Amino acid sequence: MGEKIADQYSVTGGDFSRAGYASSQIKKSLKKLGVDMAIIKRTVVATYEGEVNIVAHAWSGKIVFAVDDEKIRIVLEDEGPGIEDIEQAMEEGFSTATSEIREMGFGAGMGLPNMKKNADHLHVESEVGKGTRVEITMHLN
Amino acid sequence: MQVKDIIRILDARILCGGERLDYTIELAFASDLMSDVLTLSNDNVLLITGLANMQTIRTAEMSDINCIIFARNKKASAEMIELARESDIILMECRYSLYKTCGLLYAEGVKPIF
Ligand SMILES: Nc1ncnc2c1ncn2[C@@H]1O[C@H](COP(=O)(O)OP(=O)(O)OP(=O)(O)O)[C@@H](O)[C@H]1O
Ligand SMILES: [Mg+2]
Repeated sequence: MGEKIADQYSVTGGDFSRAGYASSQIKKSLKKLGVDMAIIKRTVVATYEGEVNIVAHAWSGKIVFAVDDEKIRIVLEDEGPGIEDIEQAMEEGFSTATSEIREMGFGAGMGLPNMKKNADHLHVESEVGKGTRVEITMHLN
Repeated sequence: MQVKDIIRILDARILCGGERLDYTIELAFASDLMSDVLTLSNDNVLLITGLANMQTIRTAEMSDINCIIFARNKKASAEMIELARESDIILMECRYSLYKTCGLLYAEGVKPIF
């Protein structure tokens, strides 16, 4: 591969019609690089879950996407309410989603556990009242 | 089962992907909850859903789902059809309930994921 990419996308809280735009662009970039389809799927599912979380739970955010020979790294950083208890948020079924979010087809408390399942490495840190930072790492070899 | 068989069995309308009537699916999953759809690891799955919004199409795009049928007369917007076309996703709509849609396809041999 040899090629290196670094891109950045902004995400607006509450804007469900655009949620997924960044993940879609990242999918296109990974396809162009010829990354294995199974790795692409796991990467973009995890990224999309994170992007929807920013739209659903935070005020605004950005997604930074970088690829080198060894790995894909995606950092989703937002300004928002933050997560009080990360361990609890990682549990399947835990959700604070509103009925509005549920009507959009989300809010089952499956996103963070699904990100953990799909990512090779997932790191979540958060400060209440400030925001959340989620880092996804995928190994290419 | 091919897309043209699905159209016949469900009396469905095709919204995009009409040039691929011989596209074949073997498995189907029915849900209005995209959170659940995103946890599937199978490829080449038909998504049967009553949720018609942009996130339905986005979820399919990320999950490598190439074929969606909207049940209970849910209508896809022009924006949804456009996005599906861009992502090579076949879209159909039918007037049957989710239960009847699933029942008819199951009876004709479309398999569940689990
Ligand atoms: N970026 C974020 N900012 C603030 N809170 C968050 C963020 N991401 C997750 N959370 C909190 O963690 C909970 C669990 O998140 P998770 O993604 O697992 O489920 P969900 O978003 O509620 O539902 P689903 O992902 O199934 O649609 C959320 O309900 C929310 O309280
Ligand atoms: Mg979520």
